[in-house]
Amino acid sequence: MWQPGRTQLAAIKSVLFALCLVPFAHLVWGVAYDALGANPVEAVTRSTGWWTLFLLCATLAVTPLRRATGANWLLKLRRMIGLFAYFYVVLHFLTYVWLDQWFDVTAMAKDILKRPYITVGFTAFLLLAPLAATSTDAMRRRLGRNWQRVHRFIYLIAIFGVLHFWWLVKRDITEPAIFGLVVAGLLGVRLSRSLRQRALPGRPGAGNLRALSPGE
Amino acid sequence: MLIRKPSDVPPSEITPRSVYLRRREFVKQALALGLLAPVMPAHAQPATAQKLPGRPSAFSTTEKLTKYEDVTGYCNYYEFGTGKSDPSVYAPRMKTRPWSVMVDGAVRSKREFGIEELLKLAPMEERVYRHRCVEAWSMVVPWVGYPLAELIKRVEPTAGAKYVAFTTRVDPDTMVGTRLPVLDWPYVEGLRLDEAMHALALLTFGLYGEVLPNQNGAPVRVVVPWKYGFKSAKSIVRITFMEQQPRTAWNMAAPSEYGFYSNVNPEVDHPRWSQARERRIGEDGFFTPKRKTLMFNGYADQVASLYTGMDLRKLF
Repeated sequence: MWQPGRTQLAAIKSVLFALCLVPFAHLVWGVAYDALGANPVEAVTRSTGWWTLFLLCATLAVTPLRRATGANWLLKLRRMIGLFAYFYVVLHFLTYVWLDQWFDVTAMAKDILKRPYITVGFTAFLLLAPLAATSTDAMRRRLGRNWQRVHRFIYLIAIFGVLHFWWLVKRDITEPAIFGLVVAGLLGVRLSRSLRQRALPGRPGAGNLRALSPGE
Repeated sequence: MLIRKPSDVPPSEITPRSVYLRRREFVKQALALGLLAPVMPAHAQPATAQKLPGRPSAFSTTEKLTKYEDVTGYCNYYEFGTGKSDPSVYAPRMKTRPWSVMVDGAVRSKREFGIEELLKLAPMEERVYRHRCVEAWSMVVPWVGYPLAELIKRVEPTAGAKYVAFTTRVDPDTMVGTRLPVLDWPYVEGLRLDEAMHALALLTFGLYGEVLPNQNGAPVRVVVPWKYGFKSAKSIVRITFMEQQPRTAWNMAAPSEYGFYSNVNPEVDHPRWSQARERRIGEDGFFTPKRKTLMFNGYADQVASLYTGMDLRKLF
């Protein structure tokens, strides 16, 4: 399997960084030139939410893709994708707090308690913060085995993200259903692998830890 | 009847017709020169819209009008797709001639009305109404039409007529949205007879002084300004008078979310979102907070008496 060299990896990362900024650039341009249609706040909310879900799916796709192809270097892109997911969810949250609710704390508290789609969305947003905060190499070393435990929350976050989208649409569930299928597939691959490994005698649970060592 | 006119917006703030027409003039000129031809699909070319003037009405609000582009480009019309811009893309292909409306059920003179006959039935009025969508956004639209009561009186409802149902056309060839069971087609909406007879309920044929663009419900729709937008059925082919409350599209799709009445009410939330505030399209948004939603969309003085003694939380 092809492995990129140092400079090649740096180039790949730069391109990925630029690509992840495209939706943001589009929104900035759209706001500046009033090109986001009749309801720009809705457009920004939808776009930032959509890209958060897309990037969450992308981080979840890294491991299955790496295992399927043997392209272990993909793992080196995962942190950046995850942090961009966090970047877009922060924008999404700020859009809600500022442009949609206009800092009306009472109204937002009511929303979070009363409306299931906001409850799960807000929970997913809160759960994502520790993942972003512990994404550095230093934090990873400090947390040791706990690092993985913390980062397994991504599975729950992705499920909550899909529910958040699913429960807010009025009638046409096509898009949330597609995200739901993707997340279900990506989690299903993991589940079936871990079940198969548990069934193998002599390797109790070893597969998951080994899978994460970049040198494999 | 007491008619109050909100006068907090000076007339000087209302977009003059010459200004809102300017952009369309530009588009027409560009089309004439063939400039937009490479970027515009054939069906998106604006037909030369036929004029449909109406005399001014005391029911009109003096609030700032929502831009023509937004009124015609940001629509919910699921027969043409669930995206807000889908109707403006797909609806122009729908043929609105010939067109007729069957009026039947509990009336003395049931019959079919041709669209030309309906257009001449009563003098046209321009009514500038607030339009509040159940999704918590709103517009101000200069509709052209006449009171629905004008038609109802002519067909003479019998004593058994308690409700009116409006049926929207289903044409899978042009209404691409109806190929999917998003709603139970055809789209049916309804009103209680006294609601339908109310002077504010408008049988509508135009907006901005021209015939309705297809995406806004051509060639004939109703506009019921004190109710959420989905109550105002578009592209009507049948009006049926009945004794029982009709089964309506959104109510059947989600009975706990969309009641039969669906009067605009800031105190009764949609189960999934608040109805206390709304975003006025083109005005509230970036750096302006959403505005408070008014009871009955600001038409309480005119319509509240229709609901005396009713628990509007239960009959939402």
